[in-house]
Amino acid sequence: MANMPVTPRQKSFSLAQNRARTAWLLLLPTLIVILLVAAYPLYRTLYYSFTNASFLQPGQEHGVGFANYIYLFRDPTWWLSFKNTIIFTVATVILEFILGLIIALVINSNFQGRGLMRAAILVPWAIPTVVSSQMWKWMYNDVFGVVNDLMLRVHLIHAPIAWIGNAHTTLGAIIAVDIWKTTPFVALLLLAGLQTIPSDIYEAAKVDGASVLRQFWQLTLPLLRPAILVTLIFRTLDALRVFDVIYVMTGSNLATISLSVYNQQQLISFAALGYGSAISVMIFLVIGVFTVIYITSLRVRFD
Amino acid sequence: MKSKWLAGALTLMLAGGVASAQGATITIACGAVGQELQLCKQETEAWAKKTGNTVKVLETPQLTNNRLALYQQNLSAGNSDIDIYQIDVIHPGILGSFFIDLRPLIPAADISVQNQGIIANNTYDGKLIAMPWFTDGGVLYYRTDLLKKYGFKEPPTTWAQMFLMAKVIQAGERKANPNFYGFVYQGNAYEGLTCDALEWIASYGGGTIVDDKGNVTINNPKAIEALNFIAQNSKQVSPPGVTTYDEEAARGVFQSGNAAFMRNWPYAYSLGESAGSAVKGKLAVAPLPHGPGGQSVGTLGGWQLAVSKFSKHQKEAADLVAYLSSEAVQKQRAIEGSFQPTIPALYKDPEVLKAVPFFKDISGRVPVARPSTVTGAKYNQVSTAFWNAVHSVLTGQMDGKAALSGLATQLNQIKGPGW
Repeated sequence: MANMPVTPRQKSFSLAQNRARTAWLLLLPTLIVILLVAAYPLYRTLYYSFTNASFLQPGQEHGVGFANYIYLFRDPTWWLSFKNTIIFTVATVILEFILGLIIALVINSNFQGRGLMRAAILVPWAIPTVVSSQMWKWMYNDVFGVVNDLMLRVHLIHAPIAWIGNAHTTLGAIIAVDIWKTTPFVALLLLAGLQTIPSDIYEAAKVDGASVLRQFWQLTLPLLRPAILVTLIFRTLDALRVFDVIYVMTGSNLATISLSVYNQQQLISFAALGYGSAISVMIFLVIGVFTVIYITSLRVRFD
Repeated sequence: MKSKWLAGALTLMLAGGVASAQGATITIACGAVGQELQLCKQETEAWAKKTGNTVKVLETPQLTNNRLALYQQNLSAGNSDIDIYQIDVIHPGILGSFFIDLRPLIPAADISVQNQGIIANNTYDGKLIAMPWFTDGGVLYYRTDLLKKYGFKEPPTTWAQMFLMAKVIQAGERKANPNFYGFVYQGNAYEGLTCDALEWIASYGGGTIVDDKGNVTINNPKAIEALNFIAQNSKQVSPPGVTTYDEEAARGVFQSGNAAFMRNWPYAYSLGESAGSAVKGKLAVAPLPHGPGGQSVGTLGGWQLAVSKFSKHQKEAADLVAYLSSEAVQKQRAIEGSFQPTIPALYKDPEVLKAVPFFKDISGRVPVARPSTVTGAKYNQVSTAFWNAVHSVLTGQMDGKAALSGLATQLNQIKGPGW
């Protein structure tokens, strides 16, 4: 008798418990995978960044405290690659966004051959970066490159320019290649956003007498906001980690060295596992800072 | 049905096991500059036929520093897939601990016929970790027809003479060929630029970046003078893109008849004299020019063959190394590919001298070595800092004085308490 009221309470408690347990059980594989492929490597990188480890003397490292980080803050090459990476990121993200938006608006409108056009713009993005970078490297060549040839023919320049051999033009030349390559991707993301906007609101706006420009500023842009945010975050984080296009076109040349190229040089070429790991951790933090800025300043909601 | 499958699979596996017991499969990482890869395939194939083993040739990157990166990754991971590595003359100090001692596995007579200076370079911790395969020294290629056409009787002996000739020839040839340049070399920011710039500086009497005792000597007036002089003049007679050129890019321009002078390694000779070359019969080789009061030098290059300590077929691999570095193979490589032998006796061989006449003149020259022995495992960092500094002068971002004083500070930082 005295036990009677307890039973249903126990029952409901265990039901909640069961649910929680099931939830954990379902999450467990994901958590394990994350631990294995993300947390563990991150922990190892963090650990090595406080040692003087070298790939040439495996297993002989010892702790050096913050020495690697102190060295890094005084390392001119780190700051140079930081500067290059920021220039690259700001330039490519802004230009790719503007061009991508224009292209998305164009291929969102109705015209003949639209399907073919949508497929065709993706070509640069579909070519592997290593291949297209090598192709552009040849196109930029001062002796047999097509870029110089065209510009000479239309009298834009008087003498051939070594686009990636000249410190003043190299970074710009590489930024141009990245814009050529990634704008289609940006356009595609924005196009997907545009297609979720219902067409009847434009009709209503037209009836109300809103100009095309006003429709764009007051309807398209606000409604496109979620797609724009995803695109910008995606592109910024990608640009901050840029490696392949720079490595193929100019190697570890100081005029264009990026954070990732510098990291690769220390880790792989110099076998400096300790210092290279410290650079990796710093790149991780830089990207983290950018992510936080984006999420807080643009008030991204994750639900 | 299932058991039949299993039996079949087992038979196949056994057969595979027996096949591999008959002969080992050796993988060799070969260079791919010019004719290197093709010759490597031919020679290893000949050995495979002779011994009943199988050889796989792994193609490696063209730039030596990229090749080093690849080697380091494989060796530090203990990869047993590659048995033999073709290593640069500057690599023993960096990679030495990953290779086996070849002395017990290779006949003593094969070792004693080699250039003993290179044998000493390839000795790490008292062990002979690599056999010399071919040596290299920077040389000056020039167009005999153009020198004659513009009234120059002899090839230049100083840099000032060379640039003067290059300017005259370039101005004359430009009338018919707007793509003609006076001088091409390896100006990209990579190990090749270290070799080229070391020649400029050493030929001015400006030392070798770091001296034998480990002192950083690069910041001196002669080195600054050399760098400024070459950079200023090369702006006038070299293609604007020379700051992206490696060996093959320079050879491409010279061999298609678009340059009067080229700095390169001996391998470019037989390619320049081959059928289809625009400069066939019109090129000759001279020692590199020197600065005022200096001496002509060529940077010591060259490649060695080393057996990985992770190899599962060390005996067979050592046998292939002995074969490839033997007098017979080196002679063939000298004749077919103008690869400079590491066996002194071959420089007196009439057949070799007939194929590559300039070997006679360079056999006695003492090349200048990069500071790889004294800087040991840090050599790659030293060289990277050096080529970046030189590159910044060539591209006009800095003058020689600022670049070299900054470099000296950086090198002392890399050195730390000691190399």
